[in-house]
Amino acid sequence: MISETVVDLSRLQFAATAFYHFLFVPLTLGLSFLLAIMETVYVMTGKEIYRDMVKFWGKLFGINFALGVTTGITMEFQFGTNWAYYSHYVGDIFGAPLAIEGLMAFFLESTFIGLFFFGWDKLSRRQHLLVTYLTAIGSNLSAVWILIANGWMQNPVGSEFSYVTMRMEMTSFRDLVFNPAAQAKFVHTVSAGYVTGAIFVLGISSWYLLKGRHIEFAKRSFRIAAAFGFASALSVIVLGDESGYAVTEHQQTKLAAMEGMWKTEEAPASFTLFAIPDDARRANSAEIKIPYALGLIATRSTDKVVPGIDRLEARAAERIRQGMEAVQLLELMRAGKAGEDQKVRFEQVKDDLGYGLLLKKYTKDVSQATPDMIAQAARDSIPPVAPLFWTFRLMVLLGFSFAALLALSFWYSAKNTFQEKRWLLRWAVCFIPLPWIASAMGWFVAEFGRQPWTIYGVLPTQLSTSALSAGSLYGSLAGFLFFYTGLLAVEMYLMFKYARLGPASLGTGRYEGEASFQPAH
Amino acid sequence: MLDYETLKLIWWLLIGVLLLGFAVMDGHDMGVGVLLPFVGKNDMERRIIINTVGPHWDGNQVWFITAGGAIFAAWPLAYAAAFSGFYWAMLAVLWALFFRPVGFDYRSKVNNPTWRSAWDWGLFIGGAVPPLIFGVAFGNLLQGVPFHFEDNLMPVYTGSFWGLLNPFALLAGGVSLAMLTFHGANYLMIRTEGEIQERARKAALIFGSVMLLAFALAGVWVSLGIKGYVITSVVDPGALPNPLDKTVAIEAGAWLGNFARQPLLWAVPGAAFVGGLAALLFAWTRKPVLAFIGSAVAELGIIGTAGVALFPFIMPSSSDPRSSLTVWDSAASQMGLSVMFWAALIFTPIVIAYTSWAYKMMAGKITAAYIEANDRSAY
Repeated sequence: MISETVVDLSRLQFAATAFYHFLFVPLTLGLSFLLAIMETVYVMTGKEIYRDMVKFWGKLFGINFALGVTTGITMEFQFGTNWAYYSHYVGDIFGAPLAIEGLMAFFLESTFIGLFFFGWDKLSRRQHLLVTYLTAIGSNLSAVWILIANGWMQNPVGSEFSYVTMRMEMTSFRDLVFNPAAQAKFVHTVSAGYVTGAIFVLGISSWYLLKGRHIEFAKRSFRIAAAFGFASALSVIVLGDESGYAVTEHQQTKLAAMEGMWKTEEAPASFTLFAIPDDARRANSAEIKIPYALGLIATRSTDKVVPGIDRLEARAAERIRQGMEAVQLLELMRAGKAGEDQKVRFEQVKDDLGYGLLLKKYTKDVSQATPDMIAQAARDSIPPVAPLFWTFRLMVLLGFSFAALLALSFWYSAKNTFQEKRWLLRWAVCFIPLPWIASAMGWFVAEFGRQPWTIYGVLPTQLSTSALSAGSLYGSLAGFLFFYTGLLAVEMYLMFKYARLGPASLGTGRYEGEASFQPAH
Repeated sequence: MLDYETLKLIWWLLIGVLLLGFAVMDGHDMGVGVLLPFVGKNDMERRIIINTVGPHWDGNQVWFITAGGAIFAAWPLAYAAAFSGFYWAMLAVLWALFFRPVGFDYRSKVNNPTWRSAWDWGLFIGGAVPPLIFGVAFGNLLQGVPFHFEDNLMPVYTGSFWGLLNPFALLAGGVSLAMLTFHGANYLMIRTEGEIQERARKAALIFGSVMLLAFALAGVWVSLGIKGYVITSVVDPGALPNPLDKTVAIEAGAWLGNFARQPLLWAVPGAAFVGGLAALLFAWTRKPVLAFIGSAVAELGIIGTAGVALFPFIMPSSSDPRSSLTVWDSAASQMGLSVMFWAALIFTPIVIAYTSWAYKMMAGKITAAYIEANDRSAY
């Protein structure tokens, strides 16, 4: 049996490498479309300043993109290296979107990004514009496929367990692709990326304006970012709400934990604006509630009940007991000792197989599970409340503050007075790092909130790892931290260096401060 | 929907195509990385060398990423067993690959000789380590890997990292490294001129010869000194995959079995020699495009030889032969294979078309004048 240390370290390594990877993804998603918009303006107006904008913001895009590629490969390797049982158990479904992502999205994005950087003199204006769009579309398509894969982890549709192959097998590719959980996630994630790109451009442009540098360049960049960002911020909120609705449908445990709903309330449930959840005591203190709000948001109705943790645990205990039977029947079948009746019975109870597997944490022989173990496993089926409660609220708060910043920026850029509003410019500069924090919070809620499962209701995290030693994991984790810290330091150094220089780094002779910069000779 | 047996065979071929795509495309970039510190004597020369692959390395690397994704999707058990079993080897590949995107993109963004030289060696590591380890992995596949499946099909590797680095596996690693370096040298000849081109030509002659000699030696070693694997129970190729549902024996000479049964298959190792020798000849007579095609054919022959020798095995187990993974019992479901088959059929030609367009638009020699004119934007 795999030790808890190995499971914990595998999770830690995955969390660390995934968070790190996602430092670079949102900016790629958002900035790529901003570049395409800027270049469209260039092609339409023929004004050189817009080409300079594409080239300069493109330089920052490139610095970010390099680490996105670097850390992305880790993600693909890691399922096999550290989550071997997961890879076997669900590879038939989970692997397909990953492979298609490579074929359809990565090739597109990676082939054309080369032409984006090096093709300025070799391509016609329209050809180059097309290349920029294809790069942006490629990055966004890759988000489609990876979120289809992740959506399936949250809501495993279109698949069925087979006892011969001892794994989940695909039964409908269409259901996998049109999984409502994946759709909602995709739009929410890419719009969060657009907000990140917009605040990045907005913040750096504001800094130039505060310093009185590259005024024309900064003003034009600011305007484009404000318009694009405002539209995106609205869609993050609207579609994040849609994502919340999808969670209610498919992952009631996540919702109950996020909301700190220890007890089931009568419909429509109230929304807890503030509280201090206590996982040990299984209750909240200092609650501030808005009546009816959660019921309306989560069920789009006034009469459907949002089940609380008490009810969900009771339901889980029932499924665990049924799952015990499924596990035992499966073992008989694998040993070739099952009769026809037992095979028929297995088909009836196999939807609860995953719940039976939750007991493997406590006993190797599931048939020997005690009522205590069942109660314990039922408790495990609810993720820890406090961390989810807080990260979710922080994410939402950040989301609304971005919307406010972008709305005001858009308003003042429409009135063309933003350059005088120094408070607004300062606000934009301070906000540069925050979209990354919001994204990280969002992923935390999605992934930590799915615990104790890697595939919700199907495969417990406990059983998903590789058969590795704790020593190997300590070693690899140390290696990742070493490389990633070093690479991040280098990336930040270059990002600051080029952001400070601004368009002077292009060497066109049109921007102030060029004499101080000699990169090559 | 195609029948299951056919789909399993098609996916064996398609994984081969993706590995070949990796060797031909990403392979020449990696070869260029290996040669970079030696063929480029100063900063300008090195910038010329790096910019021959500058616009393309990223797209080319996707062959590698897609091959990884396809193995995951088409052979989930093999992906799980190999990636977790070869844990430290895979991490070494991964960490070496870290140096490539940042090496290419960051190197010329700071004008400091130490900085630049450090990234040059980073690109060398990123070019040399992956092909070496992939070769070592194939060398171990041919000898069998110590792993087994538990009852619930959890793969467990019982060897050590150092056990992978045995003499035959290192020889196979040498074949692979020489092969990609040879290919990279041929590419470099196409895109450069003058002294760099001359040095690349010398490198091509050396690495091409090493590749052919090492490949021949490995062939002799396999036929005389390495035992192969055969399935001894009746196989139903269309059955639902279950690797524990068969018996396997270890026999001397078994890796030559497919060639003995189908003598036409000797054409595959034949292609390695014909392609390799032709490429050497064209490098010698300064016809770099033909030399590049020749080394691509040699790659087809060498990768194909390993695949054909192993067939139907993908990952034989030395410690528990019945746990060995074969084309028949590592595959994804019929629907999974079918969906991806159509995806590959539609998208691969599209990818090849736009990649060709990208090369066409960026064609021509990279010169010092080009670097100077694009000082701020070139790598």
